[in-house]
Amino acid sequence: MPAVAMEDDIRRTRFDAHVAGEGKVEPQDWMPEGYRKTLIRQISQHAHSEIIGMQPEGNWITRAPSLRRKCILIAKVQDEAGHGLYLYSSAETLGVSRQQMEADLLSGKAKYSSIFNYPTLTWADIGAIGWLVDGAAITNQIPLCRCSYGPYARAMVRICKEESFHQRQGFELMMALSKGSPEQRRMAQDALNRWWWPSVAMFGPPDSDSIHGSQNAAWKIKRFSNDELRQRFIDMTVKQAEALGLTIPDPDLKFNTESGHWEIGEIDWDDFWKVVKGDGPCNRQRMAHRKKAHDDGAWVREAALAHAAKARARTEKKVA
Amino acid sequence: MQTERDWPLYEVFIRSRQGLSHVHAGSLHAADDRMAVENARDVYTRRGEGLSIWVVRSDRITASAPDDKGALFDPADSKVYRHPTFYDVPDDVECL
Repeated sequence: MPAVAMEDDIRRTRFDAHVAGEGKVEPQDWMPEGYRKTLIRQISQHAHSEIIGMQPEGNWITRAPSLRRKCILIAKVQDEAGHGLYLYSSAETLGVSRQQMEADLLSGKAKYSSIFNYPTLTWADIGAIGWLVDGAAITNQIPLCRCSYGPYARAMVRICKEESFHQRQGFELMMALSKGSPEQRRMAQDALNRWWWPSVAMFGPPDSDSIHGSQNAAWKIKRFSNDELRQRFIDMTVKQAEALGLTIPDPDLKFNTESGHWEIGEIDWDDFWKVVKGDGPCNRQRMAHRKKAHDDGAWVREAALAHAAKARARTEKKVA
Repeated sequence: MQTERDWPLYEVFIRSRQGLSHVHAGSLHAADDRMAVENARDVYTRRGEGLSIWVVRSDRITASAPDDKGALFDPADSKVYRHPTFYDVPDDVECL
């Protein structure tokens, strides 16, 4: 074996043992290329989801029904921007540039969570997103706070703290509607009907079809399988729907007294893959909007750099 | 698309309370120092996490190399006499 390959082998063995023993990995440490690539893919995809996720909710800021709800929604959308930024910075510690990540998003090379390709048709959708989508996101994200990669884990701790406000405001919004007029109740139920299945599908394909499973588990990037996390979300949400007096849109939903878990009907994976591959109701709109925002902001980014250069030149002249 | 220049990267340190030191919070891009402070305020202190912000351009930081970890830090491991627990003293003598 060539010396370099042998050295890598030794490092790899040491790395695997370190991670297996719950050791953390920091940016300057040696890591296998696969570990680095997986994390760049996952963290940047997560960051893109936060940024694209601002759109369906931003859509309702001007139409929020009260000043209180408007303040809440603005704060929430601002948080999503913040979450995107924490995540982009943590991906950058792995050696990928912000520009590269942006370019990959805009070219369609990088993905973002499919959930944001569904439209927000009524005000109740804002409640359903907070309650269901953020509820699902938290279920997914809490275990990531213990991810082996330090910068990602630290970003997730911050994000999880903030997400709990997102979920609670969504539930509170749904509660206000479900306790309101018959029309408001219908609106809440309709939003649940439309967001339930996409939220359940957010956890990704069933474990039997999942491609990234075992290696990511060994690297302590993913600690629970898609199906395990999905089950957690279902058990928690069925009870919450009951408290709201709303009905989960699944005739096959039943409680298994033996396992103590709620069982759901068949998920429409064809629809899921259709949306992932770009043919959801809003894929094109989301990308067009992001691209326009990026292009429209180009002169601001350039002007800021030009201003900084000028100001620096002025100070240098003064010093000289 | 790659022709645009990236804004420089800054590291952000936040003092959460008087009496505590600044702690690394994360990083961000900004065109200049002032914008870095303003962005740090928006990105890292939306919920009263801080009373004071330090920013420094990431390329101005000098760090120890990961490969030097052994040479730098291992020698301390063998110097147990630097810790108070190393010393045997009688239990009934106070204030030691």
